Amino acid sequence: MQLPNNANNTKNANIAKELYDIVIIGAGITGCMTAYKLAGYNLRVAVAEAGDDVARGSTRANSAIVHAGYDPVPHTVKAEMNVKGCAQMPYICEKLKVKYRACGSLVAAFFEEETAALRTLYDRGTLNGVPGLELIDAARLRALEPNIADSAVAALWAPSAGIVCPYGLCIAAAEAAAAAGTEFFFDFSVNGIVKDDDVFHIAAEDGRVLRARCAVNAAGAHVREIALMAGEDNFPVRIIPRRGEYMLLDKSEGRTVSRPLFSVPTDKGKGILLTPTVDGNMIVGPNSHVVDSPDDTATTADGLAELTEGAARTVKNLNTRAVITSFSGIRSTPDSGDFYIKASDTVPGLLHLAGIESPGLASSPAIADRALELLFAMGLKAEARCGFTGERPPVIRMDELDDGAKQRLIEHNPAYGRIVCRCEGITEGEIVDAIRRLPGASSLDAVKRRTRAGMGRCQGGFCSSRVAAILSRELGIGMEDITKNGGASYILTGGQR
Amino acid sequence: MSGDNLTESKNTDKPDNNIKSYNNIEKKVVIIGGGPAGLAAALEANRGGIPPGEILIIERDRELGGILNQCVHAGFGLHLFGEELTGPEYAQRFIDEIKAKKIGYVTDSMVLSVSPDRTVTFISPRLGFGRIAAGAVVLAMGCRERTRGALNIPGSRPAGIFSAGTAQHYVNIDGYMPGNRVVILGSGDIGLIMARRMTLEGAEVRCVCEIMPYSGGLARNIAQCLDDFGIPLLLSHTVTEIRGRERVEGVVVSRVDENLRPVPGTERYIECDTLLLSVGLIPENELTREAGIEIDRVTGGAVVNQDMETSVEGIFACGNALQVHDLADYVTLEAYRAGMSAAAYALRGPGAQDPAGMIPTRAGEGIRYIVPHKIARGAAAGVKLFFRVSGIYRDVTVRLTAGVSEKGVTNNVRLRDYKKRIVTPGEMEQIEITEKTAAQLQNAVSIGVELCKKET
Amino acid sequence: MQKRNMTCIVCPVGCRMEVEVDDDGRVTGVKNNACARGKKYADTEITNPQRTLTSTVRIDGAAESFLPVRTAEPISKGRLSDAMAVIRALRVSAPVSMGDALANFDGVDIIACKTTDTRTQ
Repeated sequence: MQLPNNANNTKNANIAKELYDIVIIGAGITGCMTAYKLAGYNLRVAVAEAGDDVARGSTRANSAIVHAGYDPVPHTVKAEMNVKGCAQMPYICEKLKVKYRACGSLVAAFFEEETAALRTLYDRGTLNGVPGLELIDAARLRALEPNIADSAVAALWAPSAGIVCPYGLCIAAAEAAAAAGTEFFFDFSVNGIVKDDDVFHIAAEDGRVLRARCAVNAAGAHVREIALMAGEDNFPVRIIPRRGEYMLLDKSEGRTVSRPLFSVPTDKGKGILLTPTVDGNMIVGPNSHVVDSPDDTATTADGLAELTEGAARTVKNLNTRAVITSFSGIRSTPDSGDFYIKASDTVPGLLHLAGIESPGLASSPAIADRALELLFAMGLKAEARCGFTGERPPVIRMDELDDGAKQRLIEHNPAYGRIVCRCEGITEGEIVDAIRRLPGASSLDAVKRRTRAGMGRCQGGFCSSRVAAILSRELGIGMEDITKNGGASYILTGGQR
Repeated sequence: MSGDNLTESKNTDKPDNNIKSYNNIEKKVVIIGGGPAGLAAALEANRGGIPPGEILIIERDRELGGILNQCVHAGFGLHLFGEELTGPEYAQRFIDEIKAKKIGYVTDSMVLSVSPDRTVTFISPRLGFGRIAAGAVVLAMGCRERTRGALNIPGSRPAGIFSAGTAQHYVNIDGYMPGNRVVILGSGDIGLIMARRMTLEGAEVRCVCEIMPYSGGLARNIAQCLDDFGIPLLLSHTVTEIRGRERVEGVVVSRVDENLRPVPGTERYIECDTLLLSVGLIPENELTREAGIEIDRVTGGAVVNQDMETSVEGIFACGNALQVHDLADYVTLEAYRAGMSAAAYALRGPGAQDPAGMIPTRAGEGIRYIVPHKIARGAAAGVKLFFRVSGIYRDVTVRLTAGVSEKGVTNNVRLRDYKKRIVTPGEMEQIEITEKTAAQLQNAVSIGVELCKKET
Repeated sequence: MQKRNMTCIVCPVGCRMEVEVDDDGRVTGVKNNACARGKKYADTEITNPQRTLTSTVRIDGAAESFLPVRTAEPISKGRLSDAMAVIRALRVSAPVSMGDALANFDGVDIIACKTTDTRTQ
């Protein structure tokens, strides 16, 4: 069996027979963007992911901003990756058919004494090579963002920043890679790595083993565990999981600001960010609190109050009661403060993409480029893959079609005429596509991330039972086996009537 | 297969032959939604003189009946039929009549847009893309449930959190029990009904938490759904944290103070695998908004006149899309009015507003809202004012008033008093404007309802 | 004699009644009931409480997998779980019309609440 016809069929006992050129551990934006760039070469690549889908860690829950690059300290790896990655992002999004908005970003100062901090960011950004940075006065700031709080005095304007759907980008990169033959293994929680005769044997908790000549450690919050498993005794990076809480507001608030609006960090705390999403909602967040476990993505009453108050200090006319949902994400902050992108000295063939916290999303294309350079420097030989265009296989979005095209599509396949998610207008056809594409959705949340079904005002109240039934039919599993997001997150645990 | 009964679609197996007939066709009355409101509006439009083939109900589900199909409990029809029916039985009576009269309907069809000039577009798997020019439109989309996110409960985000209606669909339509140990947040009627339903199916309902000091559900549902089974109702309590990584493992419940803020130190952990939310309903009005129709911020539904006509002429609204009702019977009665008005409009065409002008209704002391929002001066007699109160009041007087303007000052003059032993926000109240009262509105600038705790 | 508070469940008004019961367990007085049905309800509620049971049963050959059903009349409240066991074991086939008796429990019919659409998907 060469290619699995579905992500779920990859629980294949025979996979140990395959010898991959590269196994990437972790299917977040770092791992998937690396897989995407590797797909341009004639290599056998596998991606091993502990979750049930791509984009399950920090990629799922972050600010969805392509940062310009004025924040990182100059001459760090982070600064270089950020500016280079940000520059690539519009082109990559175009190839992958992912919504990207080149809206720029603002950092606002609300007290005169904060303007010095704006100057510092401006100088940093200039040193980092961020194009187009400007310090602007209150009048110009107000013209750009009419809802800014009256107390705002000045801002840093970074026109090269943008917004993107982070998991949408990750899924698109994974799909483009899968179309070129990259194999994805989900629920593959790595618990042992052995190197034998120049071959890595990467074992999962459930007994599956992947064999590869090279291994890429892109395990996000878990990079240190993976490094230690692989025999990297002196791995220098320690991850401090910092949780950031967010609120997602209804589209009714989606125009409160037109671009990411940061506040100057002060000793009173880090300002709360407001940013529109590419789908027209408004995100408020994040705060920042160190937590014990990188899996602790709970929200707290205090945290959500912090966001509401912070937002009220930043802008006027925001109805924070229009909350659709709240969530939190984990930043995999490295203790060194910088990205650690390096081939192992002690374990040949092992590459670390570690400590990738914000701006990891913006940096991801550049990190992937650097990863390829380092892999080729290890002696990996490859030729360009014939016919690889870097494009993602086409995805049908009914709401982007005109009436005639809708008509023809429904005639061709009636499932495109049955709306399952009323709030977002998503059809059964689109949901079936999301399940059948590679890597396919196998849980309610995975469908939601691909199609937006269940993401609207009613938060799946109407469609979740219908989506569960479609998943059950398409995957050939019982309703009781349908999960929210893999593992034991079963939807129906009370038995059949 | 859909339950579409249109003649165009009967004579062929090839759906594409039908599609053309749905694209750019004309109908006198198009009704969006085939639940209790839509069914009643269609029947009444027919009684109002519209031929069955000139009426089209567009229903998104596979069958007519709307949410009634999953409301398998009894409690419907007492006002209208003098007997207690289950939701499906109540619906069936109307569906049978629709079918007998051959009134047009399409199922499995979702309306995408309604324009102010009454062009309705929809898509459906079998009929493709449809575009209909309607003489009149009745909005009868019903409502949806408020979600957890809207309440912003802190904690983790595991599986096992359902709105009561979603759980109801799983149990009654799909035949699956969402879980075994259940906490219910909110004492709305659907939550109470589900407490009984899941208990009868073998689940343990640990408690129902209600943040308000009173229940939002009907008193009899507290009695027959909770008390009958010994399920505790915790008033002035809410869920302050959800725990569990993959599936719900428990919730933290806290008492709240008079400002509805959790009281520190009252936290209590309750183990459960399921959290049901029954925290209110919101009229479904995306289409209404997109059509540019004025919306009442309190009801969440359209602003309407005594004919249930919205701010866009020829477009009418009724049922839970207009205001959340406590009883389906009232939905039906309201929809009759909308259906009759839509028929009249479709027959007479645009124009012809009441020359004596419109009187706005005014929600006074203790009243949250009144529907309709305005009444044509010449057509007030027989109009029913539907309203909800803002709290529980015992032994109160509900006063109907007229706003009278003198020298630039408006006074609200008493028209009529109605004594009530108890009024609660969970129950809809109504006052019918009598001939006599209507005659007193000649010079009124408004018509109001207010609560007086004492006679004055 | 004792007084009991009781919510009448006969109609949506839900009168909060005060019921006087003598030492033999007979209702001697009902207060705060808006209509005569309240008094009748209080009587049966004290002597032999009755409830209408509603549920669903599996159905074959219909568009949906489950058919809503109810007891044609109220049954003894203490027998609800036994009636549920009967309903749970019941399986019917389309076509079914609203009002059809599908089974019998304690002399009361369990009836269909819906006319099935026999056309299949």
